[in-house]
This record gives sequence, C-alpha cells and structure tokens, in this order.
Amino acid sequence: MSLINYSSREINCKVVYYGPGLGGKTTNIQYVYEKLAPETKGKLVTLATEMDRTLFFDFLPLELGEVKGFKTRFHLYTVPGQVYYNASRKLILRGVDGIVFVGDSSESRFDANIEALYNLHDNLKEYDLSLEQIPFVMQWNKRDMPDAIPMAELNEELNPEGYDNFEGIAVQGVGVFDTLKCVAKKVLRQLQTS
Amino acid sequence: MVRAEWAIFEEDYWAINNVLDDLLRSSRASNVVLIDRTGQLVSQCGPEVDFDLTSFASLCAADFEANYQLAKLIGERDFSTLFHQGARESMYLAKIAKGVVLVVLFSKSTTLGLVRLRVKRAVEELNEIIEHLYEKLEYRNEEYDTFDEGFTRGVEAEIDNLFAD
Repeated sequence: MSLINYSSREINCKVVYYGPGLGGKTTNIQYVYEKLAPETKGKLVTLATEMDRTLFFDFLPLELGEVKGFKTRFHLYTVPGQVYYNASRKLILRGVDGIVFVGDSSESRFDANIEALYNLHDNLKEYDLSLEQIPFVMQWNKRDMPDAIPMAELNEELNPEGYDNFEGIAVQGVGVFDTLKCVAKKVLRQLQTS
Repeated sequence: MVRAEWAIFEEDYWAINNVLDDLLRSSRASNVVLIDRTGQLVSQCGPEVDFDLTSFASLCAADFEANYQLAKLIGERDFSTLFHQGARESMYLAKIAKGVVLVVLFSKSTTLGLVRLRVKRAVEELNEIIEHLYEKLEYRNEEYDTFDEGFTRGVEAEIDNLFAD
C-alpha cells in the first residue's frame, strides 16, 4: 500500500519477492544490499532460522534521489518459501505494491514453482487482490544449474500470461537489477495511472 | 497523477504530531512512533533515536500483523493493544483506525498504567484524524498534480541510476 507523505515529501512503496523455498529470494535482496552505495540503502533485516532459512521475512529499504522535491522509497521484502510458513507469507503480502516471483529453473523444482504460484494466487485472494491488479515480474533463477529447464518451456508452462520475465543467476547478480528495475518502474506507472 | 492508497497532507501531519507530542509529554514516554500496518513510518515524536527507525517500523508492523493472525486463530477479532516489557525500555502498541499503529517507547521514568491511560485518549484523537483524512482523500488527491508524466520519468531515471551495473 503506497503511502504519500506530503509533509515529509516522501513516497513509499512495498515490493515483495515471492517463490519456492531455496529459490533465491534472499540472495536477490542480499545482492542488491551488497552492491548499492550506503547512502541509498537502509539496514538489511533478516529474520532467519539458525540454518539461514527465512523464518518470517527479509527487509531492505532503498531510497531514490529527489524528483520534484519528493523522495521515493522502495521497501523490499522476501517471504519464507517453505510450505509450512504460509501464515508468515500471507501477512507480508498486506499492502503490497509490486511482486517479483523468483522461480527455480531446476527440473527437480518444477512442481515447487507451481505450488508457490498457486499459493500466491490464494494468498492474494484473501486480500481481495489478483495478479492482474498488481505489477508482477518473474525471474527464472539458477539458470546455471545443469538440469535447468529452457526459458521458453518455463514461460510456456508457468507464465502463459506472458508477464515480464528475466533469466537469473542471483548468486552472481545476473538478472537481479534488471528484475528489480522492471518491477519498480511498473509500480511507479501503476501509481501514476490508477 | 499519482494516486496512492493513502496520503498524508501537511495539515493532517501537524494534527497527528500535536497528538503525538501531547502523548509524549503527558505519558512521560521516551518516544512515540506512528506507523502503518505495511511497515511504513508515518511520524515520530521525541528525541532522536539511536536505532534504525525504518527497520523498527517494519518489525513493529510485522509484530502487530503476526499478533492479529494469532488473535484470529484463537477466535478473537484482534488484539487492539500489545505490550513488550524490557529490563530498561518497554513498548506499548495500540491499533488506530485504517491499519495505523501507535507505538510508545517508555522507560522506568513512567508506568504502564499511565502510558495505557494516556494512549487511550490519544487513540481516540488519532482515530478521528485518520478517519477524517480518509474521507477527504477522495477529492484532495485530485488537487495534486505534482506527479505527472515528467515526475514518473524523473523517478524512472533515478531507478536506472541506482541500479546501473
């Protein structure tokens, strides 16, 4: 839920990274955090288990330069991918302005992608939302895996709507910025046109 | 033109801050913070804090949201207030209208009873301001044309700058 504060002259938007467990959502945010200049980013907050699995969420605030006297902030969140953390996933979606689906290209994780997409639809429905209403971008991560399914096939099976999608190797930063740029611009456009 | 789901105008901001300022003094709290349930910081009143306020707002919202879900699980509509007790600093969170949350930080210089008492009045006043703000959002949004195509293009250029490889 974007918030415009006319007094402090700020616009705040919320982007959520969604997808199957161990798909690379946290890795995306960590890469962004590592690469950006200190003045443009806030603290990276991670609520993880001892095994470094996301328990509740990761959170990273980003700040863009001023335009017409207004500062724009993007708050990036990841959700826990593991199936049994659905309650946490659902509540992170509250007030979402844009969603990045980080899918796992591996053949062995194909079903996990399907399950995560269904779960995303279900959880959005609880907020009376659907993917058609929210800026949505897909990233097919782990393109370097030996059993990676070809992009065309992934899109045909899991992205028949033809949402913008990117190849990713998040550990190397491949596709990370392109994905984020795309969703951030869509969020802005949505703000302008709605 | 940008149309956010909600916006705060100058006069509302000051009305909110007056209530927060009054609460801070009357409850002898160390800090008062207003956030929305998506984790955005709305306003803060009190001395400059030595922790990251943005993270604080995000975690408070998650805390409130998790407790809301817990309340539903046990058959409650919600928990309208939450209390976290620390050895030195404690926190009292209260639900305001339209998904806004008031967070009061206080130390041993006051008591939970006094904080609770003062928060009750502040919640009523803030409810009124926020409800009124939402009522006028519909037509007031039309008046702001700062966010035209030029603005969007400007921010898009900033996005390209920020994420330049």
